[in-house]
Amino acid sequence: MSLAFENISLTLRNRKILNDVSGLFKRGRVTVILGANGAGKSSLLSCLAGLRQPQTGRIIVDDRSIHEMEGKERGRLIGLLPQRPDIHWNIDVKTVVGLGRLPHSGRWGMNAADHEAVAKAMEATDCTGLAERKVLRLSGGELGRVLLGRVLAGEPQWLLADEPLASLDPAHQFDVLDKLKNYAEAGNGVVIVLHDLTQAARCADDIMIMKDGAILAAGSRDDVIVPDIMAQAYGVEVQISTSDNGEPLVVPVRRLR
Amino acid sequence: MSWLDRKTLWLNGLLLIGLIVTMLLSLAVGKVWVAPSAWLGDDLSALIIMELRVPRTILGAAIGAALGMAGATMQGYLRNPLADPGVFGVSASSALGAVTSLYFGFALTAWLLPVFALIGAGIGMALLTLLAGRSGSLILFTLAGVILSSLAGSLTSLMISLAPTPFATTEIVTWLMGALTDRSWDDVKLAVPIIAIGMLFLIATGRSLDALTLGEDAARSMGVNILHLQWFAVIGVGLTVGASVAAAGIIGFVGLIVPHLVRPFAGHRPSAVLLPSAIAGALLLVGADSAVRILPSVSELRLGIAMSLLGAPFFMALLFKMRRELN
Repeated sequence: MSLAFENISLTLRNRKILNDVSGLFKRGRVTVILGANGAGKSSLLSCLAGLRQPQTGRIIVDDRSIHEMEGKERGRLIGLLPQRPDIHWNIDVKTVVGLGRLPHSGRWGMNAADHEAVAKAMEATDCTGLAERKVLRLSGGELGRVLLGRVLAGEPQWLLADEPLASLDPAHQFDVLDKLKNYAEAGNGVVIVLHDLTQAARCADDIMIMKDGAILAAGSRDDVIVPDIMAQAYGVEVQISTSDNGEPLVVPVRRLR
Repeated sequence: MSWLDRKTLWLNGLLLIGLIVTMLLSLAVGKVWVAPSAWLGDDLSALIIMELRVPRTILGAAIGAALGMAGATMQGYLRNPLADPGVFGVSASSALGAVTSLYFGFALTAWLLPVFALIGAGIGMALLTLLAGRSGSLILFTLAGVILSSLAGSLTSLMISLAPTPFATTEIVTWLMGALTDRSWDDVKLAVPIIAIGMLFLIATGRSLDALTLGEDAARSMGVNILHLQWFAVIGVGLTVGASVAAAGIIGFVGLIVPHLVRPFAGHRPSAVLLPSAIAGALLLVGADSAVRILPSVSELRLGIAMSLLGAPFFMALLFKMRRELN
């Protein structure tokens, strides 16, 4: 079971954003997408989530093309955690997480299964204690958890997260990544766009690196996170080592000219 | 249903009781006080009730509900608590249609003015969707609304300044201020069904408005069709506001104030704000219309002016509250 995309090209305002991109993500694994700003990572995610229609190519989820699916069906299958938290009304946390059930619920509101999924998602993201809090009064770390809970409430088999660590402190970064890893271990596909190379090396099973709207490298962590490829992708020299607890450390040390 | 959940049930119930009491009171008050015991007789007071006050009260409630719900939808759709139904330019184009009929002196037959107003609203809605295109973009849409309302507004001013007789000028200006004076069952029969259909469209936007709370990307990833939402909002606002303007002229601030007042009690969720906004809008308008009838003045205070007079202190209070929160 996989999420595959073949020959995706996307042009916006005469600028080629994605240039004939192909790839494959597997279920039960965490795939991290790396790449410099403007490499096309977010655009690829929005194509995969069905928000943008690429000019060419096709996207196949578990042997079905997403372009044939109706919006709600696609929403049940693929959950997207967008880049910037973007909340407009001061609703309570439980309601926010409940919104994640929209692709499932019928015209008559939430049923017992919906409430159960919401409770489960809130528990998985440690939001149960925040249930009655107003969302605009949360701290950045709490909000990050709540928004992740919203996606998990939809029980998508594929979870696409666009920079979920932005504006989180290190402890909360570990929390969120652990939750995403658990979700993958439960048999779902998880795709994360990240900027932190060390966090990427720690949490990824597979890594895909993008540059200028194309895929520079894809494969297992040890094959891809090497100084040569990092230099091509980011134009920086990185130092790769191992921490005391055996985890990888990937530290940019200087810009290459 | 999400807009009828347990949390908002008590709110809707309380508002509904308030509305019924206010409507009954509004039947009794006016230039002459008619006690409920005389409502069902066959003398003059019963005639006042059945032919003047009942239609006026029903029309007031329908228009208040229409404006309240349209305002709540607009605020949810534009995700802006200061949006009002006028943003789409529907009320301005509807008013332009009505003014056109007054300009040419067509208003001699009672039904022609509201029909012209509805035609104006229809043309406005068509232009709006034509200008905004098929992208579903909020900014394009808002800009199209601004273009439309300023164009319709300036054409209305042009008509006033070019009016053939001072009488026509007075008539146009007075009509524009909005009122429920001397409305009959004919106005009810024309406006209420259109408002009801429009409100169904508005209610249907509820779930998509909820999803938009998380931003456009998140909403679309959950299967919300932004273009459909836009259509429903335009048709719903067009029908409700178009019919309201056709029946009573421009009555501002209801659509802006009411969702504001109701929102904290409804838990801020856009779909939960829709129904209480409708009931509270009806309550406010019927109450205000009763008040203008009993205020001691030479001629009756126009309802549109009364609402604008309410608007300024309301926003003043809001401003002071926000200033306190900032300090």
